[in-house]
Amino acid sequence: MLLKVEALSKHFGGLKAVDGVDFHVNQGEIVAIIGPNGSGKSTLFNLISGTLRPTTGKVLFQGDEITAHKPYRVAALGIKRTFQTTTLFDQLRVVDNLAIGRRVNTKTGFWDALFRTARWRRERDETVGKVLELSGIIGLGDKFFDFVTTLSQEAQKRLAIGIALASEPGLLLLDEPTAGINMEETAEIIELIRKVREAGTTICLIEHKMRMVMGLADRIIVLNYGRKIAEGTPQEISGNQVVIEAYLGGKSIA
Amino acid sequence: MHEYLRKKWFYFLLLLLALVFPLFGPSRLIFTMLILSGIWSIATLGLNLILGYTGQASLAHGAFFGIGAYAVGIMTTRLGLSFWIALPLASFLCAAIGFLIGLPTLRTKGAYFAISTLAFGIIVFIIAGNWSDLTGGHMGLPAIPRPNPIPLPLAGEISFTSPAARYYLVLFFLLLTLWVMHRVVFSLQGYSFMAIRNNENLAEAVGINTFRNKLLSFMVANFFAGLAGGLYAMQLGALSPFITHHVLTFNLIIYLILGGVATLAGPIIGAITVPFIVDALFAIGPYRMVIFGVLLIVSIIYFPRGLMGGLTSLWNRTADYYRHRKDGVRHAAES
Ligand SMILES: Nc1ncnc2c1ncn2[C@@H]1O[C@H](COP(=O)(O)OP(=O)(O)O)[C@@H](O)[C@H]1O
Ligand SMILES: [Mg+2]
Repeated sequence: MLLKVEALSKHFGGLKAVDGVDFHVNQGEIVAIIGPNGSGKSTLFNLISGTLRPTTGKVLFQGDEITAHKPYRVAALGIKRTFQTTTLFDQLRVVDNLAIGRRVNTKTGFWDALFRTARWRRERDETVGKVLELSGIIGLGDKFFDFVTTLSQEAQKRLAIGIALASEPGLLLLDEPTAGINMEETAEIIELIRKVREAGTTICLIEHKMRMVMGLADRIIVLNYGRKIAEGTPQEISGNQVVIEAYLGGKSIA
Repeated sequence: MHEYLRKKWFYFLLLLLALVFPLFGPSRLIFTMLILSGIWSIATLGLNLILGYTGQASLAHGAFFGIGAYAVGIMTTRLGLSFWIALPLASFLCAAIGFLIGLPTLRTKGAYFAISTLAFGIIVFIIAGNWSDLTGGHMGLPAIPRPNPIPLPLAGEISFTSPAARYYLVLFFLLLTLWVMHRVVFSLQGYSFMAIRNNENLAEAVGINTFRNKLLSFMVANFFAGLAGGLYAMQLGALSPFITHHVLTFNLIIYLILGGVATLAGPIIGAITVPFIVDALFAIGPYRMVIFGVLLIVSIIYFPRGLMGGLTSLWNRTADYYRHRKDGVRHAAES
């Protein structure tokens, strides 16, 4: 079990944004978290990644408790995330974004930079090599030196995934990776997510579009009003009456 | 090396000009202004690291400049230390105080960091003016000795009574500062700083310890503020509490903005041109600050990236123009 979340809750004043959620993610899986707007999906990610402190409950990664660790420590342990609104270093170029994404794997500090130590050279060369390779994987090889503001919406989303991937994390948390883009572009992002999983990265993703999740996820977890109301394979979830009623207001899932 | 020279010839030309400049026998006034500009350049390069590259608006920069100046002044007068020992000590002292001040203030963000560092600056100003036993209070600290002469094996010694010697001394430290900044900014460490400036949440999410990196940047910035202050004490030979005043911080910020934030040449361009412009405006009389204000606003609107940014885009546009013209000629020849 790579990630385990136990009885996790987050209260904002009187609002129980996340309310006693238990779930886990196995090595090599794609787990999807779905649920209506405001059901606490993003908050759940914020709790796991350390952006928010849980009110109660535990988060374990590879068996070690990481509850309420600072975000940079969670990232250093190998959990990387993207944000619901595409978040990039928008003053910089594609190469810089990816290199910063890999910064957690490098130890070059002030004195290394000042005296150009062996470590400075080794890590610089390694970073360039890895980042060049990664830019090809995320389909931005020809945009390597472009400023990120010149990229299309969809290319920016791929870059956001690339930044998270750059450090070769054990677990990738993707918050609505296809929000706000069209069907064709969505297919490209799904293709990328598949490729990433095939390369051995475990993925947990939040998704709004049911149809996208059905063909992609091994397991689905459904949230409603901060509570987990169902869990199962895509087949089980699409036939689950509770989910259909709570989540889709009684309409069938097509 | 050949390739390097070809790409950087402009900078080497500038360096050569700076080196031979004293041979043209400039007036004492010009010398003094250039020495001071060199000192402001070092301080502004420091400010550029924390403000320009790391995105944290420290308003204590002038205070650290003042601490460096007073540290050198006090160590060379009251403690009888040599300037050559006092200067590095003062710089490291500023880095250390930066560490202590950074611990609480860098927990705050944006405007709160600016205000808390401003508050520290005001405290330093009050101390400089009132702790008379240490600083000489409002009467100031007089009679700071010149640096000891450096003995040369064959040709006697370099003494620092001449402006030319002090000019070269400041130039040496300016180049040292530039070298440090260049190495740090264009490295993975520099990436960490820029990541924080651009998006602190994302920087933290990718695994950068933002607090630690901000603290590092603040310490290095203050080291160079202190170095510049120490050189200032050496050049002036006397200090008044006003050297720790936050007006100095705002002057440095103006040099940085007008020269070009987050460029390496910008702080130097700003620190050299702005004092000369202000000096020229003196002739106009009491309305000079109004005119300076208008100039400031206009240049911020039209050159948001400073003189350096303006020059770069002008350079690129000219290069484009010539490239297109050449292309045009080729097309004409082909048709
Ligand atoms: N920082 C916050 N402060 C207060 N309320 C919040 C905060 N973050 C989220 N919420 C609330 O918690 C609930 C869950 O939000 P969120 O996790 O973003 O939902 P989802 O991602 O499933 O759409 C919403 O009602 C939202 O308004
Ligand atoms: Mg959300």
